[in-house]
Amino acid sequence: MLRVSDLSVARGGRRILSDLSFEVSAGEALILRGANGVGKTSLLRTLAGLQSPVSGQVEYAEDTAAYASHADGVKATLSVTENLAFWAQTYGGTLGPSVFKRFDLEDLRDRAAGTLSAGQKRRVGLARLAVLNRPLWLLDEPTVSLDRFSVKLFEDMLTADHLAKGGAAVIATHIDLDIPARTLDLDAFATDTPLDADTDEAFL
Amino acid sequence: MSFWEFANPKRFMDWTAKVLPALSVLTIASMAVGLIWGFFLTPDDLRQGSTVKIIYLHVPSAMMAINIWIMMLLASLVWLVRRHHVSALAARAAAPIGIAMTLVALLTGAIWGQPMWGTYWAWDPRLTSFLILFLFYLGYIALWSAIEDPDAAADLTSVLCIVGSVFAILSRYAVRFWNQGLHQGTSIPVATGERTVSDVFFAPLLICMAAFVLLFVTLLLMRTRTEIRNRRIRALDLRSRNA
Amino acid sequence: MIALLLRDIRLAIRAGGGFGLGLAFFLILVVLVPFGVGPETQVLARIAPGILWVGAMLAALLTLDRLFALDFEDGALGLLALAPIPLETVAVAKAAAHWLTTGLPLAVAAPLLGLLLQLPSGAFVPLFVSLLVGTPALSMIGTFGAGLTVGVKRGGLLMSLLVLPLYAPTLIFGAEAVRRAADGLAYTTPLILLGAISLACIALLPFATAATLRINLR
Repeated sequence: MLRVSDLSVARGGRRILSDLSFEVSAGEALILRGANGVGKTSLLRTLAGLQSPVSGQVEYAEDTAAYASHADGVKATLSVTENLAFWAQTYGGTLGPSVFKRFDLEDLRDRAAGTLSAGQKRRVGLARLAVLNRPLWLLDEPTVSLDRFSVKLFEDMLTADHLAKGGAAVIATHIDLDIPARTLDLDAFATDTPLDADTDEAFL
Repeated sequence: MSFWEFANPKRFMDWTAKVLPALSVLTIASMAVGLIWGFFLTPDDLRQGSTVKIIYLHVPSAMMAINIWIMMLLASLVWLVRRHHVSALAARAAAPIGIAMTLVALLTGAIWGQPMWGTYWAWDPRLTSFLILFLFYLGYIALWSAIEDPDAAADLTSVLCIVGSVFAILSRYAVRFWNQGLHQGTSIPVATGERTVSDVFFAPLLICMAAFVLLFVTLLLMRTRTEIRNRRIRALDLRSRNA
Repeated sequence: MIALLLRDIRLAIRAGGGFGLGLAFFLILVVLVPFGVGPETQVLARIAPGILWVGAMLAALLTLDRLFALDFEDGALGLLALAPIPLETVAVAKAAAHWLTTGLPLAVAAPLLGLLLQLPSGAFVPLFVSLLVGTPALSMIGTFGAGLTVGVKRGGLLMSLLVLPLYAPTLIFGAEAVRRAADGLAYTTPLILLGAISLACIALLPFATAATLRINLR
């Protein structure tokens, strides 16, 4: 479902990861590990297509990936339903009642997202993923500010609703998630060279 | 060897270093000849008296104000299509020269306008167009200095330059529609091949125009060299931090 | 696109969205002008078309600087870029939302403010029509300016510097139409030219805006 070959990733004008190659097939989850600042977020952004790779290829079928991070574009003045409905519509997904049940948002449906707690907001962010109808999930620290109960909720949803139905996920996280998954340690691929070197070298 | 080889930063530094001294001498010489001839060796105009002589600064600077913008537009297109860094840096280097030329044209125009029309400023189509051009230069320079990433800045200013050019032309016609104006017709209508300036004044004017073109090219090369050196400092800085 | 349009209109109308700020600014400007130039009816009637158009233009500008910046900061713009709709469409939807929440109310309110400024009676309809036809161009051009400066911290001032010169032709034709109407002259020519500018902006600027967004998201 996702094939990455010889990928190099940059952040702030510096190449931080190089020669990454891996595959994720349907029903599989891949957990990205690594020290703070190793480039988990940059890698996920590159996989999502928000930044272009320095070199190498990221291959997956068009319009199959959904990306989620701390900045999940949830608008404070819109209600939970309005927020979710908007993303469902723009991505051509569906917003069914099951989503609210799944993420324990039923009582919060009509609350403005700005009045939610950090954990509740995070759950809205994750529910956003579920309404997009995308098989490949790219998740950046999905469990930040979730309590134990919500983490459990998320694990169940990921395993039962997503992976079991042929979805796949790449997840950057610090905590141990109770899901069947492979682990990729990014520390082994870390590097640190200025990206502009090629350009700037031309000036020297 | 292709023409684009000259746009390689290293080669650019090499050939400009060789060309610049000769170019500078040529600029100073032609400027001196044109201005001295124009100021001291031409008769006073029948109606305008000696005020007419400001034409030797006004017309060439006005011409350059527009042509420099066109040069920036071309350099921006080259950057967007071929990604030659020197092209983007040349566009950046040209903008302050262009705004200076626009300012000179506006100021000499005001000084000339006072005895001729009895006012320093009139909302005449040509004058207004130049004022708008001045604002375009201002925005372009401000955008360059506001964005940190050099490539993003080059891209965004290029897009602004292209869109701005369309709006500059639009403004020119809008302004003409808005006010018919006092300004005399162009001194050297290229299209018709005629001219409204008599021969006595024309020869030194031509030399002055050539001198202004040379001045622009000289300054442009110097400033582009400075921009390239800036990038070199950046590269060396990066390299030392990395070592 | 419709979803984005509706969302932006909702965001604008809800608390803190800035809807009505532009209108309030327009009102205050028009109220302050007579304090500056004096209460003489003839003087006011003479300058009313220009003041109303300049005021509408500034009010439209005032509400532009958060157009992409908020979505850029909270990640929504990135997610929109990944959505299966082109950024050109996003640009059009944003501009349309801006027009519906700013340009259209301004056009409706302008004749009322024209009363305050002693606008000659023949100019009320042309004022409304010219704003109706011209404000889409203001929204489109402003969207382009907002796209250019979305990555700049506190880019509002820079955006004004970039956008205002681009507003010149629209302002000229718009105010000219009202001025001619106020003088009892035919005003169709500037109105048609104004419409041409709006249509050209709608047709072409979304591509430039989308390009600036792509560069800023990179």
